[in-house]
Amino acid sequence: MELTTIWFALIAVLWVGYFTLEGFDFGVGMLLPVLARNDTERRVMINTIGPVWDGNEVWVLVAGGATFAAFPEWYATLFSGFYLPLLLILVALIVRGLAFEYRAKRDDDVWRRRWDTAIIVGSIVPALLWGVAFANIVRGVPIDADHEYVGGFFTLLSPYALLGGAMTVLLFLTHGAMFVALKTDGDIRHRARALSAKLGVAAALVTVAFLLWTQLDTGSIASAVAFAGAAVALLGGLAAAASGREGWGFLGTFIAIALGVGGLFLALFPDVMPTSLPGGDSLTTTNAAATAYTLKIMTVVAVIFTPVVLAYQSWTYWVFRKRISVHHIPVGTARATTPQ
Amino acid sequence: MDPLDIARWQFGIITVYHFLFVPITIGLSAIIAGYETAWVRTGNPRWLRLTRFLGKLFLINFALGVVTGIVQEFQFGMNWSDYSRFVGDVFGAPLAIEGLLAFFLESTFLGLWIFGWDRLSPRLHAATIWLVHLGTIFSAYFILAANSWMQNPVGYAFNPDTGRAEMNDFAAVLLNKVQLVTFPHVMLSAYMTAAAFVIGVCFWQLRRHASGSEDHAMYRSAVRTGAALVLLTGLGVAITGDIQGKIMTEVQPMKMAAAEGLYETEAPASFSLFQLGPLDGSTEGFAIKVPGVLSFLATGTTDGEVTGIDDLRAEYKETYGQDPGASYYSAGDYTPVIPITYWSFRLMVGMGSAAAAAGAVILWATRRRARKPPGRLVLALALGLPFLPLLANSFGWIFTEMGRQPWAVFGLMTTDQAVSPSVSAGEMLTSLIVLTVLYGGLAVIEVRLLLTYIHRGADPLDPVSDDTGTGTGDGDKPLAFAY
Repeated sequence: MELTTIWFALIAVLWVGYFTLEGFDFGVGMLLPVLARNDTERRVMINTIGPVWDGNEVWVLVAGGATFAAFPEWYATLFSGFYLPLLLILVALIVRGLAFEYRAKRDDDVWRRRWDTAIIVGSIVPALLWGVAFANIVRGVPIDADHEYVGGFFTLLSPYALLGGAMTVLLFLTHGAMFVALKTDGDIRHRARALSAKLGVAAALVTVAFLLWTQLDTGSIASAVAFAGAAVALLGGLAAAASGREGWGFLGTFIAIALGVGGLFLALFPDVMPTSLPGGDSLTTTNAAATAYTLKIMTVVAVIFTPVVLAYQSWTYWVFRKRISVHHIPVGTARATTPQ
Repeated sequence: MDPLDIARWQFGIITVYHFLFVPITIGLSAIIAGYETAWVRTGNPRWLRLTRFLGKLFLINFALGVVTGIVQEFQFGMNWSDYSRFVGDVFGAPLAIEGLLAFFLESTFLGLWIFGWDRLSPRLHAATIWLVHLGTIFSAYFILAANSWMQNPVGYAFNPDTGRAEMNDFAAVLLNKVQLVTFPHVMLSAYMTAAAFVIGVCFWQLRRHASGSEDHAMYRSAVRTGAALVLLTGLGVAITGDIQGKIMTEVQPMKMAAAEGLYETEAPASFSLFQLGPLDGSTEGFAIKVPGVLSFLATGTTDGEVTGIDDLRAEYKETYGQDPGASYYSAGDYTPVIPITYWSFRLMVGMGSAAAAAGAVILWATRRRARKPPGRLVLALALGLPFLPLLANSFGWIFTEMGRQPWAVFGLMTTDQAVSPSVSAGEMLTSLIVLTVLYGGLAVIEVRLLLTYIHRGADPLDPVSDDTGTGTGDGDKPLAFAY
């Protein structure tokens, strides 16, 4: 297989890792005002993702860095072209990340409410905009012969792209609800499970519509298989959750997101950023790639270290496998310091 | 406004800001790992209390370091897309490897450290913070390798067909001679910054507890450890900085000339402690000069020749052409903005040296047989100390990045060729304003939070909740730590 194809696949894997993992913590953030009825319940939700959200977020940094190294033209065109959406994503990720860390650091309702807003908005904005961005990448945007993006901000908000954004928001909401159902106990667990069914139906409708549109537009046989698999996994996950199997339910949304994102990359291949401009030049795995030398070095590093990363990230999930419920939440940030 | 100006201001602001948190993260993770290891080995509760106290401050700092780091990676593509196209083949590799090796390690194991008190055995728990520190070392190495390549490009060839720099020797990029001295210089200054932070914080607490109490003894111990570290690392920073100066003179002689504002070649060359006037070579202002010192900094001998700006300018015009495409640089072709390089160099060296000296004074003033407790002067010194290395770091980066101008990659690409051609001035200005305002607001929040937790001091230990030795994670007890 060509090195450029391998790296296209590896970048797809990094984005799959990002959306399947941070997808549920975006979902948990967006559901904060919906699922939790009081501050302790909000803390239960936040603490289900507390130890892992930062590690999940690194997937996007590595995806960005790997694109820079393996496909410099793609990185340059994409990041300079999608300028304002990326700025919004950055601002959202900044306030959201700080909110997790700072929210419980002061015993003050106003303080906590403000950081809650930061978590909610900071989760909705990237959940929506990553979907919009990926829809645009797959569909094609105006790129001229010099590989420069020549559209504006509103070029990116086509109906197709907005449907893509709606899909990621709904999928992440469902994924997040599944995760809360899986990781908590008590009232909130049951509420999360009930909500995941409702959200799941909406997510399934929008997802099928978007993937079908994509398939008819730019799909290949491979992408059709992936999209079909995503739909089956999503419906299977919803059925499992409805019958009380939360683990299978979460696995269902996990696989659905993985296959959905994977399918989008399959629909994209061998382009990495097609142009919609007559006379423009599409970026492809060949014309956007780094040299074979750089790709070889990067391949060696990735082959050695990706399994190591997967091993210790999985171990983290194992360490924090226990369900959390309201009685696990200490009064301050740490367990009470008076002997019980 | 020119998009180039805006992009440069943004890069300067967000990078200097980001680097306020980075050295504390690097250095403090090591200090905390040291204290936790001491606790695991001795069982002395003093070390556990310090671990937790400094740990809280570390996390407040780390959060801002992480979130501002995301901007760092994105902005190469956003504001400097032509740079990214041109150097991605070389520069992208260390950046990607930094993510894979360092960021995953730091974030995953920090999560385990924060929440793992009742889930991991004490040994394993201490190991997680060491792994966080290892992550910061990897991170520093790869990002500095990328930066060193911009100062002294090696291990690449220019491909006229693709119009870009292409890597042909990765080992050369990682073992760049600029990198080999920059890495220890930056690491040592990070340890120094964190140690100075510990001094400031623990000295504040020290004077709030009666002499003879356990708390007093604990903070005194931390202050003295910090002071010894500041002194030792300060020496290391000076030595590595000196070697760096000589290598810089070799690969970027203009930067050394710009550090002094030396227009005419001199042998021996003197170093001015300060100089009044415009520093543009037209007239020489009043200055206090130490003979031979610039020669020593640049060449290692007190009478070595140091090439001046005028000669270098002529030489660069010969090599790279009449005009670097930068009529923009008002200081003239191939010349950085001299007042900035001149003063940032002095402020870096001056503040770094002052910090090391302050460390020595504090070590002396807190000695066991001191006749009287440290007075107001020592207090002011200790509380001011954290700011000195912090500012010295900033001036160091301002010096090394401004001193490379007009180049983005020395000898290969100028900064005005590097900027994104497709991004409008309006978009860039939006980004600059949004990020600057946001960063400003977050700084206020962060400092207030830090002060609150510094003032609160180390928590006492509790026999029930601090039963961390089991590692079983009893299902019904509250979490040892929760957001």
